[in-house]
Amino acid sequence: MSSAILWAPLAFGLLGLFLPQKAVGWWAVLGTAVTLGLAIVAAVGFDTGSSAMQYAVDEPWISGLGVDYSLGIDGLNLFLILLTAVLWVGGVAFAAFREQERAKSFFFLMLVAETATLGAFLAQDLLLFVLFFDLMLVPFYFLFGAWGHDRSGEGGITASAATLKMIVYTLIGSLLMLVAAIATAVLAADGGHLTFSLAALNEHGLGEGSQRWIFWFFAAAFLVKMPAFMLHGWMPDAYRAAPLPALIVFSGVLAKVGAYGFLRVVLPLFPDATVEFQEVILMIALASILYGSVMAFTQTNVRLIAGYSSVAQLGFITAGIFALQADGSDGAVLQMVNHGLVVAPLFVVVALLLERTGTEDISEMGGLALRAPVLAALFLIVVLATLAMPGSANFIGEFYILNGLFEAKIVFAFVAISGVAMSAYYALRLYQQTMHNRKPEGLLSREIGLRDGLILVPLVLCIVGLALYPQVVLERTAPSVAQTVAKVRQNEPPESRLASMSLEEKAEVESGALKIVP
Amino acid sequence: MNFNEPHLDYAGISPLIALTVGICVVLLSAVFKPTKRWAPGLTTIALAATAGLLIWQWDDPKTLITGALRLDDLAISISLISILTAGFCVVLSLRERATEEAGSGEYHSLLLGSVLGMVLLAQATNLVSFFVALETLSIPLYILCATNLRREGSLESGLKYLIVGSIGSATLLYGMAFLYGGTGATNFAGIADGIARNGLDGDPLILIGIAMAAVGLAFKTSIAPFHQWTPDVYQGAPTPITAFMAVATKAAAFAVFLRFFDVALGSQLDDWQPALAALAAISIVVGNVGALGQDSLKRMLGYSGVAQAGYMLGGVVVLSESGTSSLVFYLAAYAFMNLAAFAVIVGRERETIFGDDIRAVRGLGTERPLLAWPLTISMLALAGLPATAGFIGKLYLIEALVEGDYTWLAVFIAIGTMISLAYYLRVVAAMWMRPETEVASGARPVIAGASPEADPVDPDAGSRWYIVGPALLAAAVTVFFGIIPQPLVEFASHAGAALFG
Repeated sequence: MSSAILWAPLAFGLLGLFLPQKAVGWWAVLGTAVTLGLAIVAAVGFDTGSSAMQYAVDEPWISGLGVDYSLGIDGLNLFLILLTAVLWVGGVAFAAFREQERAKSFFFLMLVAETATLGAFLAQDLLLFVLFFDLMLVPFYFLFGAWGHDRSGEGGITASAATLKMIVYTLIGSLLMLVAAIATAVLAADGGHLTFSLAALNEHGLGEGSQRWIFWFFAAAFLVKMPAFMLHGWMPDAYRAAPLPALIVFSGVLAKVGAYGFLRVVLPLFPDATVEFQEVILMIALASILYGSVMAFTQTNVRLIAGYSSVAQLGFITAGIFALQADGSDGAVLQMVNHGLVVAPLFVVVALLLERTGTEDISEMGGLALRAPVLAALFLIVVLATLAMPGSANFIGEFYILNGLFEAKIVFAFVAISGVAMSAYYALRLYQQTMHNRKPEGLLSREIGLRDGLILVPLVLCIVGLALYPQVVLERTAPSVAQTVAKVRQNEPPESRLASMSLEEKAEVESGALKIVP
Repeated sequence: MNFNEPHLDYAGISPLIALTVGICVVLLSAVFKPTKRWAPGLTTIALAATAGLLIWQWDDPKTLITGALRLDDLAISISLISILTAGFCVVLSLRERATEEAGSGEYHSLLLGSVLGMVLLAQATNLVSFFVALETLSIPLYILCATNLRREGSLESGLKYLIVGSIGSATLLYGMAFLYGGTGATNFAGIADGIARNGLDGDPLILIGIAMAAVGLAFKTSIAPFHQWTPDVYQGAPTPITAFMAVATKAAAFAVFLRFFDVALGSQLDDWQPALAALAAISIVVGNVGALGQDSLKRMLGYSGVAQAGYMLGGVVVLSESGTSSLVFYLAAYAFMNLAAFAVIVGRERETIFGDDIRAVRGLGTERPLLAWPLTISMLALAGLPATAGFIGKLYLIEALVEGDYTWLAVFIAIGTMISLAYYLRVVAAMWMRPETEVASGARPVIAGASPEADPVDPDAGSRWYIVGPALLAAAVTVFFGIIPQPLVEFASHAGAALFG
């Protein structure tokens, strides 16, 4: 099952190369739809309440080097895989409805990108993970560079320069991660049988000294990908250059691979270093929240507003993970899904705004709601979810994250709360400036068409569905998250574990109901 | 009279015999039937026969000619890489101007002569056979570089290579003299014995000998700071010969590097290991920085070769079974990655007026996708991106380095690779993405070392089978071994086991 999900997009992509140009778009949509179908089947058959790896595949791949072709689905990645499958259907369908230059190559690259991304989520072998993590970048390099927008006339840089910047930034992290991954396996093997299998590496802990530098090599890769504050230099140019169909999936999914990497690799494999550097990462996360939010409400380009808001949101998710509490990580996984579901329709709306107004600058927009009430209503739902309105799944996600953060580090939690307030400001500003206000001259105010509705409505329905019943994610995620977090906390000294416990837990410890096992 | 016929293992030396016969036949065919174009075919047959005979000896290690040569899986695998490269070179040389000008028979027999040197060098276990093989390899190459008689750059390239190569050889020879003087032995095992027996551990004479031998080999493998000749010679030489030089010379020189430093100087590990590691690091930095901003693709590949040699030297530094295996794997992968690129350059040189300038590949993605794909794959593989053999090669090398406690060198490889992205992707961007600024068309390009008049333009060169075929084949193999690397890993691990197993 895992293999089928992984390879379906690539198989469709390769076959698509032999089809006529006109059919290739719909063929690609079919490919992503089949993948989504497979992912849904996997989700339906998923054993809720178990933290074990399901649909596992484990074959030797390069036996001489200890690399296995090992895939699996558990609570950590189940919904990220679903999210990937959903957003790719949206992104590809959005592109298929429009004329594409060199359509064959475009859709082929989109499908390769889906396989690579799914591979990064599915991989249960450290090296396979690194491989797919790097591979994800290659199709996006071409998509951004060859189909992107040249901004050199507007004070920006060309598409190929922007995409080069992106790939250099991201690969700096990934290549160090490759060295770190190999070092992890070699040090864990200690002269014995070399293996990159995550399950096996989980059992052989590393020494604290080597955990330190290896932790930072991995963290660099993940923080660049998100992107976190100070490592986000590639983001504005890349977001401005990117073609919108590719940006829909890129912003929705790829950033999450970084956050997911922390949960899948860093926390279980380097627990000592994680505890040691918890506050450093939390600082970076908070800086991302503040910086991302402030930038999001000063920018006027809609792409950049969405991009910087992602920086802030990913900061939130990172903070949730590094609260090192089950609540925080539960919330982080939920929020990854939420954010993907919010940011993708946001970019669909951006594309529709661009088509209607011919500009991406919100200061030149306005009054669209007048003639396009349905579009405005859909956009409003997306915006309200972005600012984590109570009643949305984002609210639940942020609540869990803040809850975890309060239990762990209360000072950080207070700073993080300001991010929630700021998100309301930039999200509403975006909505008002585009949809309300007076309509500028010569601006086309058209209602959303049926075709775009077919893309936007299901995505909005997903947001609504998740808002009504977030348990669907939480109850499947919780067992795996609990296991991951327990792995980190087991090495902590008992005093600090006591200090980071909630009041009820402390009471239980004092009454003897709960014991701290050193 | 009691005459003892020396024992000769004819099976073991049969590849050498096949090559020697091939050289004579190719040369004579050109003398007696100069109008017939037999040389490429005959050369291919000689190469195929040699390869066949080598494969026949696979997994059957033996010592030949009273210990002067050792035919084991390391020698065979390196020889096969050289022969394969020579085969590609023959195909790419079809309709090449240099071949016509120098005479097809002479050109091809010189090529075979160089291959003979490589096959010998990969087997050498004696200072004498080592040096003879190295010169057999080099001298035909000096001439081949200069075969494009009407191009000033080609002649300059040949002369430069001759002078620098001779300095390298002389340095090596001087180093060998020190080693012989200290130990009284010429064969590698004897040198190791001599060092142990005479208590020469850390003796200055031996150290000077090691240093000079390392420098001599560094010249041949174009390791910085002994690489200055590389970009000039690569750029000036006829492109098929550049391809051959870039890959095969490196492979053969690394084979003897491994054998010499392992068998003869293994006991001096502590002295030379840090020095070679430093050379590797310097090479990685110098090569990658030098390649930035190069407009000539051949020069760029020259500098990239310097950097890649630095990566590969890591496999020698750790002196372990996995180090050797990873080096052989990387060499094999490197052969395919480079050959794909050079095949495309040959094609574009013939069909555009831009020579090997990066402008020659601008817009290749839409104009000639069958050439654009191989060059793209080649660049991505050289940059070490996944799903190509280059990624697995880097993985293998880094694994060997970390195991050998040289993690810092592995980090250097990672840093070098980041720098390299800038120039590899520049080529990819030129092919697929909109040009940054449109150059004024119609103006004749000025390309260093090339006079455009010397190269008539064949507007269809890029669609001929002997260009597209090798390019696609090499690119397909690069991807194949990136996805199913196991066969090549096993091939390489045989080579590693031959030296350490």
